[in-house]
Amino acid sequence: MPLIKDGQFVADSWTVLEDEAEIPPNGDVIVSLERYISEVDVLVRRVGRVGVALENTADPEEIAPHLSDIDLISLTFPAFTDGRAYSQARQLRHHLGYGGELRATGSVLADQAGFLTQVGFDTFEVPSGQSIDVWNTASGSVTLAYQRGYEGSRKTRDKLQTSPAPQLTPDCAAVAGQTVPA
Amino acid sequence: MYRYDEFDTTFVRQRVDQFRDQVNRRVSGDLTEEQFRPLRLMNGLYLQLHAYMLRVAIPYGTLNARQMRQLAFIADEYDKGYGHFTTRQNIQFNWPKLPDVPDILEHLADVEMHAIQTSGNCIRNVTADQWAGATADEFEDPRPYAELMRQWSSLHPEFSFLPRKFKIAVTGAAADRAAIAYHDIGLRLKRNAAGETGFEVMVGGGMGRTPMLGATVRDWLQKEELLAYLEAIMRVYNLHGRRDNKYKARIKILVHELGAEEFTRQVEDEYARIDAPRIMPPPQELTRIKTYFAPPAYEELADQSPELARRMNENTDFAQWVDRNVVAHKQAGYAIVNISLKPVGGVPGDASAAQMRAVADLAEDKSLDEIRVTHEQNLVLPHVRKADLYEVWQSLKAHDLADANIGLATDIIACPGLDYCALATARSIPISQDISRRLGDITRQRDVGDLKIKISGCINACGHHHAGHIGILGLEKRGEEYYQITLGGSGDENASIGEIIGPGFSSETVTDAVETIVDTYVGLRQDGETFLDAYRRVGPDPFKEAVYATH
Ligand code: SF4
Repeated sequence: MPLIKDGQFVADSWTVLEDEAEIPPNGDVIVSLERYISEVDVLVRRVGRVGVALENTADPEEIAPHLSDIDLISLTFPAFTDGRAYSQARQLRHHLGYGGELRATGSVLADQAGFLTQVGFDTFEVPSGQSIDVWNTASGSVTLAYQRGYEGSRKTRDKLQTSPAPQLTPDCAAVAGQTVPA
Repeated sequence: MYRYDEFDTTFVRQRVDQFRDQVNRRVSGDLTEEQFRPLRLMNGLYLQLHAYMLRVAIPYGTLNARQMRQLAFIADEYDKGYGHFTTRQNIQFNWPKLPDVPDILEHLADVEMHAIQTSGNCIRNVTADQWAGATADEFEDPRPYAELMRQWSSLHPEFSFLPRKFKIAVTGAAADRAAIAYHDIGLRLKRNAAGETGFEVMVGGGMGRTPMLGATVRDWLQKEELLAYLEAIMRVYNLHGRRDNKYKARIKILVHELGAEEFTRQVEDEYARIDAPRIMPPPQELTRIKTYFAPPAYEELADQSPELARRMNENTDFAQWVDRNVVAHKQAGYAIVNISLKPVGGVPGDASAAQMRAVADLAEDKSLDEIRVTHEQNLVLPHVRKADLYEVWQSLKAHDLADANIGLATDIIACPGLDYCALATARSIPISQDISRRLGDITRQRDVGDLKIKISGCINACGHHHAGHIGILGLEKRGEEYYQITLGGSGDENASIGEIIGPGFSSETVTDAVETIVDTYVGLRQDGETFLDAYRRVGPDPFKEAVYATH
């Protein structure tokens, strides 16, 4: 699957390991949560990085003790209307302070790009055929966000310094203790 | 009223451009209908039985004259000269063409309006008490918080793909006109012993096939904590709400299956982990919003108007209209005027472009440029001088807007039903018209008194039949429409869910049944007892006996 990072297609160094597959001695591998937990000793001692794929029903809390050993977490969207992974991402970034790569997989469409970035995803596995221009247009089409405390480059009102003072009607101004220029 | 600043304006314009791009990609075939569907739904665009339908948000039901005129313009230009006000304080246009929709959104943006999240599995338009800021029974004006929530919920990065739609209502008054117990989240501003105001938070109310009243998860929430606490509720729901069955996906089912106590525990746990100061707006932001809702420029007036008293003496029709449609304002010398969109035999909630313009003119001249839309599908002029009431009434009369039936039997709520809606199992508008004609005699209506009849065209309950004193649900069996009647529902501060009285009625007999129920009430009521009071006293039996004996 093509991988997008920072608005460009990038090479993917990671291999997804099926649960039955043998663990290679080196290279970057993504394993399931179950496998990670049961074979953590082997996984952390090999050469190469380890990533974990979480089902969207998993509680991120389950990998909390291991986060410092994990370089990538992939979260999945079985359908693009199934939004559980947005909250998982938020919990990983915010509650658990996870700072590694956060990858979105599954049904990942251009129109979600902005939201995904805001909750803390930084790489996106997209369906083949996805045009990078359409992706970038869709993800950059809204540059503002009302929600404070989310990630990404969308500006909140507090950061948009150009915002002028509200235009007050005389009666409003009187209540607010301000005067209105005639 | 709230006014957009540069931030809001840019945001809404960007959203229009984004949607224009999505429409173009759909038209060019880059997006399949399946991919486009959730995108158009996030912008209020439905595919109905005959055509597209665009639902425009009227945030917490507030409009000014300029906005109302723009809605009239859209009705003329893109619909057939009508707009349909809904039970969620929105307006729907029934015949837009897909390529025109971005232009319509552009026209809306010109007057600081949008269609963001009026459909789809996201946080919908926040609704509020339609008399907010004007009513005498208010602890605090809920509109600044409704506006805060409108902003916070708009294109929310985390909560735009929820298990199901999500509705929030807020009131700041003792009497609940926003039906908060029937919402996914219901917020009530109340006052504590120390004189401070805070929120009571209810979660898990709803209509649909499993009607439920919300459970209080927080009896007292500091106002500043509102958004952070909402985030906790939404996150628990987003992660754990059911996605395997559309009919079990609302938050009410999650609350029910976990139990209110366990649900509350999960919300509080989540809340404890949230970095609230990062999420909450700085204090100056709430002040900024509140400034817009400062009281308008009232004149200092005597509370009584001799002019009004004289006119009421001279003209019975006017006096009856004042009696039913005009209610107390908190400002001396002012009144709240309710405009009925329920002419006898009409389509509930429909207004012609000419009527919209007439209301806009009146708002500008006589109501400090404010209009409200109610969840009962009527309009309100919230700030009218008592001395102007007669003139206002005359203007309304000239546009067939002076029906004196607010809260009476013909003030019926009905969803679009089979005449428009793709999900409908039965017609609801013709039934409402039929009942309205049958009970329409104004003397009889006034004698019957307060009565809420609510009609839905399918189990989804958009016509709020569960909350009707008399609720009617249109169903279908073997190609035949039939109508189930419930009694005793209420959406006010003593909310209750109506109970089914027995087998359904055909479209020919349902009006007879309703009339029998009304007559039965008239026969058994005690002094001053309303329909709902009487029903709560005697229960369903006398009504059942009467209805099933005669039909
Ligand atoms: S209740 Fe049913 S028929 Fe009526 S508007 Fe809702 S979905 Fe359509």
